[in-house]
Amino acid sequence: MLDSKIPAGPLSEKWTTYKNTVKLVNPSNKRKLEIIIVGTGLAGASAAATLGELGYKVKVFCFQDSPRRAHSIAAQGGINAAKNYKNDGDSTYRLFYDTIKGGDFRAREGNVYRLAEVSANIIDQCVAQGVPFAREYGGLLDNRSFGGAQVSRTFYARGQTGQQLLIGAYQGLERQVGLGNVQEFSRHEMLDIVTIDGKARGIIARNLVTGELERHFGHAVLLCTGGYGNVFYLSTNAMGSNVTAAWKAYKRGAFFGNPCYTQIHPTCIPVSGDYQSKLTLMSESLRNDGRVWVPKSREDAKAIREGRKKPTDIAEEDRDYYLERKYPSYGNLAPRDISSRAAKEACDDQRGVGESGLAVYLDFSAAINRLGKHVIEERYGNLFDMYAHITAENPYEVPMRIYPAVHYTMGGLWVDYELMTTVPGLYALGECNFSDHGANRLGASALMQGLADGYFVIPYTIGSYLAGEIFTKAIPTDHPAFEETEKHVRESLDKLLSIQGTKSVDHYHKELGKIMWDYCGMARTAEGLKQAREMVKKLRAEFWQNVRVTGKANEFNQDLEKAMRVADFIELGELMIVDAYERNESCGGHFRTEFQEEGEAKRNDDEYAYVAAWEFRGVDNDPAMHKEELKYETVKLATRSYK
Amino acid sequence: MNVKLRIWRQRNAQEQGKFVDYAVNDANPNMSFLEMIDVLNESLVNKGEEPVAFDHDCREGICGMCSMYINGRAHGPQKLSTTCQLYMRNFSDGETITIEPFRAKGFPVIRDLVVDRSAFDRIIAAGGFISASTGQAQDANAIPISKTNADLAMDAAACIGCGACVAACKNASAMLFVSAKVSHLALLPQGDPERRKRALAMVAQMDAEGFGSCTNTYACEAECPKGISVANIARLNREYLNAAIVSEEMPK
Repeated sequence: MLDSKIPAGPLSEKWTTYKNTVKLVNPSNKRKLEIIIVGTGLAGASAAATLGELGYKVKVFCFQDSPRRAHSIAAQGGINAAKNYKNDGDSTYRLFYDTIKGGDFRAREGNVYRLAEVSANIIDQCVAQGVPFAREYGGLLDNRSFGGAQVSRTFYARGQTGQQLLIGAYQGLERQVGLGNVQEFSRHEMLDIVTIDGKARGIIARNLVTGELERHFGHAVLLCTGGYGNVFYLSTNAMGSNVTAAWKAYKRGAFFGNPCYTQIHPTCIPVSGDYQSKLTLMSESLRNDGRVWVPKSREDAKAIREGRKKPTDIAEEDRDYYLERKYPSYGNLAPRDISSRAAKEACDDQRGVGESGLAVYLDFSAAINRLGKHVIEERYGNLFDMYAHITAENPYEVPMRIYPAVHYTMGGLWVDYELMTTVPGLYALGECNFSDHGANRLGASALMQGLADGYFVIPYTIGSYLAGEIFTKAIPTDHPAFEETEKHVRESLDKLLSIQGTKSVDHYHKELGKIMWDYCGMARTAEGLKQAREMVKKLRAEFWQNVRVTGKANEFNQDLEKAMRVADFIELGELMIVDAYERNESCGGHFRTEFQEEGEAKRNDDEYAYVAAWEFRGVDNDPAMHKEELKYETVKLATRSYK
Repeated sequence: MNVKLRIWRQRNAQEQGKFVDYAVNDANPNMSFLEMIDVLNESLVNKGEEPVAFDHDCREGICGMCSMYINGRAHGPQKLSTTCQLYMRNFSDGETITIEPFRAKGFPVIRDLVVDRSAFDRIIAAGGFISASTGQAQDANAIPISKTNADLAMDAAACIGCGACVAACKNASAMLFVSAKVSHLALLPQGDPERRKRALAMVAQMDAEGFGSCTNTYACEAECPKGISVANIARLNREYLNAAIVSEEMPK
């Protein structure tokens, strides 16, 4: 059994007790301790800024040309905080409970309560840094609602909340760069972890401009490298988002938690052709004012698909506002997993729209009639523009066409309460870890978790480990462990370049994505997963025999970068399938067709109220599962109902 | 649709670059411009040739990673959009499209269409922030901010740091980028204590990086994918002048 190290005591006092008793590192010792941070999204940038402020020597790495580009920047809708500025009954407990319930009772109580507790501090911190949140005419902060909540607790900056939060953290990070506390390594990709005597002691990074491999020492290593949604090839993630850092950690002994928990977001722009490289999200905030529907009859849907009818031709009584019908108390703001499945059901019932029939409508006409076009424009203007750019349709006049797409991964590296993986000195923050969202993440919670981990959790919890490291001198990078790890990385780069087969890296990535979407996507079955595992194994063998990677290792080579990432995605795909196969229940984003009740996910709390943490046992061997039992001391497990 | 491409190829910063002609046939008008380049690259890889290097990441117009000078314009022909938000329907069948990297002294070429924009990070590090260390913040609603100021600050903060303003300017000036950050922070009460120091330090770093002076031609505003207004440059000039003539030690 894994120990999550949740502090004892009542739920609401755990974090306070922890902070009061955790070991501290005095300022003169902090100057001698070096920390490596990989990734500069909300978690990485906020951790780098804060640890730099505290006086640690920080090195921060990102593969993009600037830390400000990390994919947190694309988050649109908002960030939750239990401020109760609206006086609508919100509280720390309610945010905690909504998040636990939203995650379908598969997250840790202690972690989630801490998250809800620090949420209010995040908003304070961001305002102090100059994040221009939306305000009301009286000069105070505005809020809106997001899925899975009945209060307004979401703070936002137009449709660019992630951008503004990241710029805030990035500016804090650059301030520390200017002060000499943080060293920045852009266009650098981490390709392995160096462990010495079982502890994480550094990384091997490839300088993407020169192709050189570099060795970097750290007393601790923080992975803040985001999620792995790109295993599906098509997702809302950035093109460069990848699993490599987390995967290398897994192969060096860090357990991987709940890899099959993936979030399929209900409101994305549908696929338009096989040349498609990525999918674009339309923020969940749109469901505050947009109503989701399909035609009631298959005939009308068919007529629309064939271009004989327009959505505006369908009379009000011939439309099925299926979310409002099925979930009257949450309506269009039902959680993401539930809304996605409902859209799939409608399309499976041949009532989908758009050329492919894989789309439903998100209609703003009622809101525009009620509030006026200018109000909708002020609330969502940039999202409407984005939609129009992509589809060449005007969403003020015709309803948006949307369909679910891969958006976020709740699974990730297993961490304890201190955010440490099973490798001492190796931490995982933000989407990279598995900890707070259970089997489904609620909207506006990812930004909250990334910043909570970076600004308010790791600065305390890292002290617990580093207080024991004050006598460890910086280890020179000519140590044999660095030599050996670098050699290992060099060999895999050379191997990829030496194959010179006939198919491109993208070809394999697309094949992998298709298998994952068909068998390990919105609906999964034991039989399908079994087949899929064989298919992925075959694909991996073929990749290593027949991939063609152009260029050389010692130069700027985007083809090689991609190849390294896809090689890791293929291995990860198999682990996700294994995890999905072993979890014989439906919960949140993990929907096993065999386990349902009246079309809703059917959990099995007696047998599956645990975290599956997987241990690497070699690429060709089965991974080993370790269980962390989820103990609910405060919350009563219940069937999740949004009706 | 079929298009001809003239693309700038350059192995690295040291070697000389040149235009190379390519053709992409059967492009779908609903394909994004970068997906069209993906198709080209896939065909190059299949022939064993090296693909065209270009920067891109989010492909939804917000990360600021994509660049490219397309038919003589930063981010191509469409107003208020990044390169990744261009679609083939923005071009015509049979058209020859010329693609170059952003060209500026402050943005040296790394390879093909990829340039080094780290100068922007150094300008931010010089002063583009509010010194608010974690843990010191008071309640977020303690200081009301007028909606007008908050909205203007947000307009300026929408900058994605792509560098189109520099690429579009014949002096390769970074005034729009710098002024957007100075404005964003100067418009908020939290940014007030450091406003003089910030304006002086950011402008000094901008000059040190080799960016030119403002031409007053407004090419930057015309090409900015986020519509950042040149009114910010006026505000920067005011901030800078104020800071330059008033000593840092004088009370405000």
